[in-house]
Amino acid sequence: MNGMSRIVKTVSSFAFPFVLIYGFYIIAHGHLTPGGGFQGGAVVASGCAMILVAYGSIWTMERIKEKDLSIFESLGAIGFIGLAFFGLIFGGYFFKNYILEKGFFFNEMAIGASNINTAGVIPLMNFAVGLKVMAGLFAIVLVMAYASSKKEEDK
Amino acid sequence: MKSVRNIVAVVFFAIVGMFLIFSALMVHPFGNPNLVDGEEVETKMDDHIIGGINETTGKPYGAQTETGADNAVTSVVFDYRGFDTLGEATVLFTAVAGVMLLFRRRKK
Repeated sequence: MNGMSRIVKTVSSFAFPFVLIYGFYIIAHGHLTPGGGFQGGAVVASGCAMILVAYGSIWTMERIKEKDLSIFESLGAIGFIGLAFFGLIFGGYFFKNYILEKGFFFNEMAIGASNINTAGVIPLMNFAVGLKVMAGLFAIVLVMAYASSKKEEDK
Repeated sequence: MKSVRNIVAVVFFAIVGMFLIFSALMVHPFGNPNLVDGEEVETKMDDHIIGGINETTGKPYGAQTETGADNAVTSVVFDYRGFDTLGEATVLFTAVAGVMLLFRRRKK
């Protein structure tokens, strides 16, 4: 799949950072506002897929390989399960919220409309799941687009 | 034959649309969670979702005091039902692994 016209490339590269910022905002405020790791990761992966459609899969594959994306996805999964296991070690239960009112960051209790420094382990799990979802979804789209472009070249 | 099918489709569409319109008219009024079946009730929706203070014992209760998170849905997804999220993450991991295996680059 080759790239599209210059207009599409310019507009998508202009909109790309805003989509990225919106997705990371949804991930970072997952414990305060609607959204979370899954939704924000899907937004970021959609922005990356927009760049993929505009510039073509061969151009994108020269810049980021699917192996790097699968490393990021595995890091997110390991972070998620590791946070749950740290709950087992420090708190006594799997998925225990063990840094609430104990650690240095994300340790405050939420009272009323609260700030971002609350909710213990939930924002960290949001980050892990967001990393996992954005890398995983973009890896799926990238690999499938690249395979179809290879098939067109062979014909 | 085709006209009979069209008539059945129109009647079915009318019945389903009637149900949808009636349920849209019977839905909760927006911005007034205390109204149940047209009558004002004491309990607020925030008391069930976020929490409040128990008047007899004086202790706070609810999702906000149990998990520390403002967003009750996120506290369900990552705290009360963490195993469900673990399963979802496993589903995504399996999907990515399958697609990577299916579309891998072969060396000729």
